[in-house]
Amino acid sequence: MSAILKLENLTKYYATQKAVDDISFSIEKGSIFGLLGPNGAGKTTLLRMITGIFYPDSGHIQFDGQAFNPSEDIIKIGYMPEERGLYKKMKIGEQALYLAQLKGLSKYEAMEKIKFWFKRLEMESWWNKKVEDLSKGMSQKLQFVTTVLHEPKLIILDEPFSGLDPLNANLIKDEIFGLAQRGSTVIFSTHRMEQVEEICDHIVLVNLGKKVLDGSVQNIKQQFKQNKFSISLSTTSIELFSEAFTVDEIKGNELIVKINEGYKSNDVLSYFLNNNYTIESFKEILPSLNEIFISLVESTHATTRAFQNI
Amino acid sequence: MNKISLIIQREYLSRVMNKRFLLTTLLMPILIVGFFAGATFLSISGKDEHKIAVIDNNGFFKGNLQDTKDIHFEFPENVDTTNYLQKGYTDIIIIPKFDGITKTNYIIRSKKRISIGTEDKISDRIDAAIEDKLLQDAGINRNELDSIRSKSRFAELKSLEEGNGESAKESNAALSYGIGFGSGMLIYITMFIYGAMVMRGVMEEKTNRIAEVMISSVKPFQLMLGKIIGIGAVGLTQFFMWIILIFGLIAASQLFIPQDVLQQVNSLQQYNGQIPSGGNMAQAGEAAQKIYKLQHTMSTANWPVIIGCFIFYFLGGYLFYSSLFAAVGSVVNEDPQDAQSLMLPITMPIIFSFIIMTNAVQDPSTSIATWASIIPFSSPMVMMARIAYGVPGTVPYWQLAASMISLIVGFLLTTLLSAKIYRTGILMYGKKVSWKELGKWAFRKS
Repeated sequence: MSAILKLENLTKYYATQKAVDDISFSIEKGSIFGLLGPNGAGKTTLLRMITGIFYPDSGHIQFDGQAFNPSEDIIKIGYMPEERGLYKKMKIGEQALYLAQLKGLSKYEAMEKIKFWFKRLEMESWWNKKVEDLSKGMSQKLQFVTTVLHEPKLIILDEPFSGLDPLNANLIKDEIFGLAQRGSTVIFSTHRMEQVEEICDHIVLVNLGKKVLDGSVQNIKQQFKQNKFSISLSTTSIELFSEAFTVDEIKGNELIVKINEGYKSNDVLSYFLNNNYTIESFKEILPSLNEIFISLVESTHATTRAFQNI
Repeated sequence: MNKISLIIQREYLSRVMNKRFLLTTLLMPILIVGFFAGATFLSISGKDEHKIAVIDNNGFFKGNLQDTKDIHFEFPENVDTTNYLQKGYTDIIIIPKFDGITKTNYIIRSKKRISIGTEDKISDRIDAAIEDKLLQDAGINRNELDSIRSKSRFAELKSLEEGNGESAKESNAALSYGIGFGSGMLIYITMFIYGAMVMRGVMEEKTNRIAEVMISSVKPFQLMLGKIIGIGAVGLTQFFMWIILIFGLIAASQLFIPQDVLQQVNSLQQYNGQIPSGGNMAQAGEAAQKIYKLQHTMSTANWPVIIGCFIFYFLGGYLFYSSLFAAVGSVVNEDPQDAQSLMLPITMPIIFSFIIMTNAVQDPSTSIATWASIIPFSSPMVMMARIAYGVPGTVPYWQLAASMISLIVGFLLTTLLSAKIYRTGILMYGKKVSWKELGKWAFRKS
């Protein structure tokens, strides 16, 4: 698989700080990519460079195998920014048509696509309504449609689920999967780690303008695992001692143990088997992305960065 | 290019295809005319009736003071300042004995304060009575004097200005004043209306958070330019609708002029204002003469130049200032008070130009008027005030050219600077921007 987007040593300075500091990564075609980071980490600046809104101070962007040319490639990108909105006084159908035409579709093409998407997401009756009559969730849905309408190769969604009820969130999530299957690449930026675990194939964590993590969700979890296992036994209150592990926590008949250096999970199992305990379940505890995120970001005081000078 | 035209279309249609636009365009002239007509009507027809007791110590006003519709003079006995109200009079005039040489005052006391109009009427009547008396004393008959006066009006002042080698042209100072002031005023008002419209449009895009969505499809410069051109087109549309409306009203008003008067006007035109002697149209009526005079006066102005220049300076001035308004709109956050303080450096030169314009329209050749008509900050208004006095008589061609070129260069510059501020400002949320930062944005490279 070739990369749709490749960033090389991307750097962007603001007056007082480096917003993006030497970031490189690449995104596979057809994948769902998660861009994570605390507030003010430089995600939005990064996305704005990818969408051609900002020019990087140094570094290169490759789009679909060639150097990124904003004025041409911009129509192959659909961007739903975090700060998003629509013209309140405009009719919804006209608004979708306008935005689609600005993305380079002819009026006829745009009409066809709008009809297709409106039908698909059950929005046909909205055509002559105005945006100011829509609820927040409804306008979010409309925003999503206008972002993907022109079938971009690269779809960038910044916090796409904020303000959506679970039902609509699922609807949009299914559409995102569908778009990826049909060959679009999705960049997904959010703070909600459970969504990332569910959706993304590959993630990059950015903090203080630098890349902190890069890899598939599974690999990263393996990388940060602490060799903890949870064991459920049929009996409670037991005396335990083994060189193979230390007990972290006891909750009724469930134990959480940490395997010591040089031992394996089988050593733990054999200890319980040898002592005639009945094991009901045994499984490895992998850290959640949320825990990894917090442990990596917390110590850096990233949230106060905005007020520091360098 | 295609994207800009899409943006222009949206900006234009969303404003023009609007009941409010049609309503304001139609109502505005009617409202203005109605306002002036109403004000004039109210000031003329002061409904207050006056019944005035005159105490005359000279003895000749009785029978010589003429009543008007609302003012009645009476000469009762036994009325003085203490009891005129009880006797049913609204005012009392006390005229001391005149000796005909020293200046004297006569006094009017009233129940309530009298209006200027009424005051003028009363003093007119008294002056007329005194005049009659003096004429009588000198043995002159009033009717004879009137007929001599009207006969003496055979000579009329006609002012000519030197044309460019050709024959001198007729000019009319009052008309030039009217055109100059009117067009300057119109540019002043529209600069504010449409400039503010651009600013509000940009602020709307920013507060609705659509700016970034748009910027991911089009360049910020395209978005700004599309808005400015679109709203400028709205302004032009409004002007053309007003012009059509005015011509329509003029044409309609001619329907109310009787046929024979129109014929007389036509014959006056044929004979260049001279009443043809003999023939069956010997006597052109007073109405026809007035209409002819009005038409003739209007024809002394160089309308093609004035209208052409007006459109140029309206557009130039609009482009010059509207991009600045757009820059302000892009910097403002939700707080409209920020907009007020940021607008000040834009509104000050506009108001200042207006003041210069009001002077230039009275005296179009002063050096301050000349310079202000070339500098692009003030040229749209001030040049229009001067152009009405004639090109190339009052405004030489080189000045007009210098003014036009500097206005074009000026708006290119302001658009360029504004675009840079706009590009940064439109994506900036929650932060109050200082003047220093604005300067940095405006002059930053790339």
